[in-house]
Amino acid sequence: MSDWLLNYRAMMGRAYPRILGPWREPSWVLFDIFLPLLGIAAFIFYYRSMGAPEVFTGFVVLGGAMTAFWINVLWSMAAQFYWEKETGNLQLYMLAPMSRMAVLAGMAVGGMFFTTVRAVSTFILGFFIFNVQIQVTEPLALIAVFLVTLIAIYGMGMMFASLYMVWGRGAMNFSTLMQEPIYLVSGFYFPVRQLGFWVAATGSIIPITLGLDAMRQLMFAGSNVFPFLTWQLELILMVGLAALFLLLARYSLRYMEHLAKREGRLTLRWQ
Amino acid sequence: MAVREQLRTLKYASWLGWQIESNWTKPWLFVAYSIAKPISATLILVLMYLVIFSSSLTRPDIFAFMFIGNAFYMYVAQVLFGIVMVIHEDREHYQTLKQIYIAPISFYLYVMGRAVPKIVITTIAILITLAFGVLVLGLEINLAAVNWGLLALAMVVGLICICMIGLALAGISFLTAKHGMGINEGIAGMFYLFCGVVFPITVLPQWGQAIGMGIPITYWLEIVRRAVLSGSGVVNIGGLQTYSEMEIFLFLLVSSAIFFIISLAIFSYADRLARKKGKLDMTTSY
Repeated sequence: MSDWLLNYRAMMGRAYPRILGPWREPSWVLFDIFLPLLGIAAFIFYYRSMGAPEVFTGFVVLGGAMTAFWINVLWSMAAQFYWEKETGNLQLYMLAPMSRMAVLAGMAVGGMFFTTVRAVSTFILGFFIFNVQIQVTEPLALIAVFLVTLIAIYGMGMMFASLYMVWGRGAMNFSTLMQEPIYLVSGFYFPVRQLGFWVAATGSIIPITLGLDAMRQLMFAGSNVFPFLTWQLELILMVGLAALFLLLARYSLRYMEHLAKREGRLTLRWQ
Repeated sequence: MAVREQLRTLKYASWLGWQIESNWTKPWLFVAYSIAKPISATLILVLMYLVIFSSSLTRPDIFAFMFIGNAFYMYVAQVLFGIVMVIHEDREHYQTLKQIYIAPISFYLYVMGRAVPKIVITTIAILITLAFGVLVLGLEINLAAVNWGLLALAMVVGLICICMIGLALAGISFLTAKHGMGINEGIAGMFYLFCGVVFPITVLPQWGQAIGMGIPITYWLEIVRRAVLSGSGVVNIGGLQTYSEMEIFLFLLVSSAIFFIISLAIFSYADRLARKKGKLDMTTSY
């Protein structure tokens, strides 16, 4: 069997339980679709209580929907190798003859499917309930920005996964740490320009910062969205970041696997 | 003797919780991690405020309302999260839930004990957040004017209430797959929305206000604000200005008592169902 076919099968094999699993245990519909809307609604009412322009409601709905992808990257991509180690699967992956990247790609594909359902639901319900007015003048550009954002953040997740292979419980704590602080520096709920140029520029290392800013520009074209950079430049930067993270993921996976084998950490649990 | 044994359960569950929370790294890194998350959550709201108003001093009453509400809300988010995750961690991660469950201890007290370190860590984070608000963001808190007695009473009732809600959610977690984060995010989001944490409940539609008035967290946060910002005029913002401190405290007591009973009933029902359906040792990693 060719390497490509083997890796494709490995990817689909790893994606399969992620796509099928949720339908066998449907309680996630309540927990992952309807309940997160409440937190988003709170931010919308917060803006409304201050008399903010209506476009800010759209910012919150967009940011809230994109948190689904970020959470998925953190917990179901990056932290997953740690989790696989804890449940005893990691050593089986290491013994199997496919590429580790194929396993991660399978996690990404399966995770994206599940998360897209959540994000789209948030979008639709949020826009419907709060009557958000969007004005998309360049739909193809919006789709391109969205897809490149996903590739870049999942690439980043793959890179982090290599760290999680050698980390112990610090991995879980790191994932926890990467939520609110990232929501802050990436401007999930407010224009990132508000943080000042240098903080926003530093935050742009995380591709979702640029992705959100570009999507705001493309979705609310008629309003003042306080852009950080032009969406074209942000798209180019994200393409660069996506390529960089995927490349780094490949090398760091190899290095961390070597390190983990040398230090005997692949089967080390509950540390 | 029985009381001593119960206290021992509480003590060792707390110790275990503390070890799990803290012994994965060096103390300074643990402190940094513990503080970064809540301060960032607060700063998100501060930035949202600043994008509308240019300075925290533009509307100091609204700023103080939001800041204090959000700071103390950390107890709800963190302690609820801590209690719900006990079930998921012990069942799926450490796979020790079944052993702990059949041990001759009170499982209620075990879960509560695991929440104690969360309360301690959150208290430190809140103090740091408040200090940051006062020193950096210009939040006005007059320590001499703070109604310490009322604050202490509200904290005791409020924390017991939060722990009991956590217990009910822990019960629900017995029956669900690995959705601890979703449960926490969702329930915390519900309280965040309906309890007037960062905006007055009068902003909500009538039905939303009615829900908020049925949740003890609403009264708890109102009392905490009035105690901490005593004499600042914050009393006129929250939508409960027609009630005195004592009346609100009474509402808190009554609603907490109702939640207490409901939580125990939910936990005990879920516990029985989980045993019947053989879910106490399920793992749902996919």
